[in-house]
Amino acid sequence: MAEKIGVYVCHCGTNIAQTVDCKSVVDYASGLPNVAVAREYQYMCSDPGQELIKNDIREVGLTRVVVASCSPLMHEPTFRRAVEEAGLNQFLFQMANIREQCSWISENREMATERAKAIVGAAVKRVIFQEPLEVKKVPVNPDVLVVGGGITGIEAALQIADSGKKVYLVEREPTIGGYMARFDKTFPTLDCAACILTPKMVSVGQHPNIELLSYSDVTGFSGYVGNFTAQIRKRSKYVEEEKCNGCGLCTEKCPVSVPSEFECGLGKRKAIYRPFPQAVPNIPVIDRDHCLYFTKGVCKVCVKFCPRGAIDFDQKETYLDLQVGTAILATGFDLFDASKVKQYGYGRLPNVITSLEFERMSHASGPTAGKILLKNGQMPTSVAILHCIGSRDQNNNEYCSRVCCMYSMKIAHLVHEKTGARVYEFYIDLRAFGKGYEEFYKRVLQEETIFIRGKAAEVTDVPQTPAEKGKLVVVAEDTLLGIVRRIPVDMVVLSVGFEPRKDVADVARIFSITRSQDGFFLEKHPKLAPVSTASDGIFVAGACQGPKDIPDSVAQGAAAAANALSLIDRKEVTLEPTVAVIDEESCSGCKICLGLCPYNAITFDETKKVSVVNDALCKGCGVCVAACPSGAIEQRNFTDDQLLAEVEAVCA
Amino acid sequence: MKLQPRAGFSYYPGCSLEGMNRAYDKSARLVSKELGIDLAELDDWNCCGASAYMSIRELRAHLLSARNLALAEREKKDLAVVCPACFTNLTKTNQYMGEDPKLRRIVGSALKAANLQYLGTVRVRHLLDVIVNDIGQSDVKAKVTRPLSGLKVAPYYGCQFTRPLGEYDDKEFPMMLDTLLTWLGAEPVSFPLKAKCCGGILMTTNQSVALTLVRSLLDCATQNGAECIATICPLCHMSLEAYQGDVNKEFSTNFKVPMFYFTQLIGLAFGFGRKELGIDQELVSSKTVLEKRLVVT
Repeated sequence: MAEKIGVYVCHCGTNIAQTVDCKSVVDYASGLPNVAVAREYQYMCSDPGQELIKNDIREVGLTRVVVASCSPLMHEPTFRRAVEEAGLNQFLFQMANIREQCSWISENREMATERAKAIVGAAVKRVIFQEPLEVKKVPVNPDVLVVGGGITGIEAALQIADSGKKVYLVEREPTIGGYMARFDKTFPTLDCAACILTPKMVSVGQHPNIELLSYSDVTGFSGYVGNFTAQIRKRSKYVEEEKCNGCGLCTEKCPVSVPSEFECGLGKRKAIYRPFPQAVPNIPVIDRDHCLYFTKGVCKVCVKFCPRGAIDFDQKETYLDLQVGTAILATGFDLFDASKVKQYGYGRLPNVITSLEFERMSHASGPTAGKILLKNGQMPTSVAILHCIGSRDQNNNEYCSRVCCMYSMKIAHLVHEKTGARVYEFYIDLRAFGKGYEEFYKRVLQEETIFIRGKAAEVTDVPQTPAEKGKLVVVAEDTLLGIVRRIPVDMVVLSVGFEPRKDVADVARIFSITRSQDGFFLEKHPKLAPVSTASDGIFVAGACQGPKDIPDSVAQGAAAAANALSLIDRKEVTLEPTVAVIDEESCSGCKICLGLCPYNAITFDETKKVSVVNDALCKGCGVCVAACPSGAIEQRNFTDDQLLAEVEAVCA
Repeated sequence: MKLQPRAGFSYYPGCSLEGMNRAYDKSARLVSKELGIDLAELDDWNCCGASAYMSIRELRAHLLSARNLALAEREKKDLAVVCPACFTNLTKTNQYMGEDPKLRRIVGSALKAANLQYLGTVRVRHLLDVIVNDIGQSDVKAKVTRPLSGLKVAPYYGCQFTRPLGEYDDKEFPMMLDTLLTWLGAEPVSFPLKAKCCGGILMTTNQSVALTLVRSLLDCATQNGAECIATICPLCHMSLEAYQGDVNKEFSTNFKVPMFYFTQLIGLAFGFGRKELGIDQELVSSKTVLEKRLVVT
């Protein structure tokens, strides 16, 4: 039976039609062998557009369909569905990309039209060789892995657990809470961060559906959507969780005092410690590097005082495998290291501090009990807040960190409230974009904060006038006045920006997800699939995807939870049949493909002496197909016949 | 990345080292030889255009530098430079020619008229970078026979040593000279103005501004306990040394801060005599300071 091909050329409004002469492409397609109909339409993806295809399948009896429009990433699923609905196997459809790969990158209409014809011609030739394929359905494991116990991960975990599903929440630190647990107030409403966070932390700790794995990391992740295996390393706390009741006596009696990471080094902690009193779980960990028993073999004071015998110096780290159907990454961010920008004197000039250090100082249970103090114990009479430290800076991170403008203004307010000091904000642009943010800016203005539009050039302790003596002088070009200003102050707060976590590349590799140019995890679509990734079943949420404030992080945590739940409630997922297939007759058993497969989808059958592909694990990347020296592996829907026909058409 | 020296360097002294700053040239050659750095003066080198020409006639300024680079390439050697202005100009042309095909074409055709060509293989290196990063701590320390113990030095980098093109150190707060001084046994003092402008050529066009800048540098150095200042740049050296008297007159101060090229301090620590290092030619006498710190020669 001769094939009947339908070709549909989309205008995409003016996106394609402006650069490509669609009529001429249609005329060209009509003349190609086996083409039964060729049409153009303004928006093929619209309902009437899809109807065109369906009608022709029913009435003209089309056996193959080509749509020339945008990237398959955009609308391939749309048209496949339309074709399937009209009774044709969805793999008898081919998409020709004449937008991203033609009209958008061309200026010359004539050449663009020729190019579009070549792309359409190739698709027409290829589609003849396409074969009907059946999609496979697999059940979805309803358990969810959430990585990262900051506010984003907490929100995601609670949403899922509340719906009755099991959640494994993995947190690297001894406690959940993340950065938010270290903040004093939150903008723009000035809620106390602890007051709104700790109830959620407690809920996580007590929730019957949440298994909290603190002081743990994910070391491996394999499988496919609906059926993943996560390998978790539980580091040794040297405290038995089942026995410890969190009385805190060990911490009280421990003789070793070291700078606390939680307090940015401004306060001390013991060698056996909880980062802060409201920690969840409320179980201390022993810091091996400082514990006297581990460093010198002496002490054991904690053992002596623990009423439950919970201290175990021999505790080993353990590994466990978790079976989950979906995973949510909420691994957060690092703050920019202020000592990299030497001109601001961080680490050299004592009263130059970072915004996080300010948060700790301002926190009622922080190292200064909420007082804003200089290193000499006095209150500052003037404070400068320097925006965009490490952000919007071509020497460091080019992107805007989004939250610093707002938290800088919050700091201005807190300084004003707590010290009455004069506050200067040195900014490039003020970005107060959220609900209630502009109003907060007005409030800070009314508190007589002095806004100087200009990025600070340096902070120096070398005076030029008697008034500058003993002060920190912020030098900046005031771009509104067009002059260089020198402002003497007592304290400088550096508003450091966000960066991807230091080990972000490792995490991306473990989960096989991609990153954008700035290093953060890449979402599937910036607008329409903001928490999905290119790997089905793996979601990203919060600041690991890019700088975000608390409201946005919480929204994303909940969104990721909804995405995961929607997948779980489908109960089964379909797997793309476009996988590699091995022809056992031709396979020589050389095993080259085994080592190359990035998804460990190929095994070796020792009795038959041939390689075998697990089609649930195979992602259809094609690496083995290209590498096989015997040409024994073929990828469905990317067969040699199909690809050669395509190439032949383009070269003709 | 640690750069390894190729078979020696072509040495580019620059104009000022043949005039006002002969002592820099003399000491640079001497300590390089002692450290086993093979410096062969680039034959027939020309002026780099100094700090002004690049902003007036950019293309011609590139041509001046490109000719020097082409001469060095012919020798199959990297170019060692001591003057930060020369370093900046040569590095700028080197970098721009690498990035801009149009400039490469124009400069190439001009070089061709002089029977020269430049393929872009030369690396321009500052001598301080070579000493600190190629020779390194142990080899430098091994040569120290007369440590500059107790000598309090303000390490002055000037504005051009790292900005805009010196990738070998932090642009805003360099530390390389501080490090070298400790290897010599000296004590670098805290000198927050270490990378600030000396006024440069403003000394001839707007003296009151330049004198104010020099004064603040001398002020900052002495208040932090410096007995002398180590320099990298011939122009900084001259501004701070030759105009100390004018500063004293203008501001009723009484500065008598001796200045040393960093190569002179290396030479002293290596045991060379004052004369060999050109220390007898200074305008502000260093005798008292050196005698006090028992660096007697």
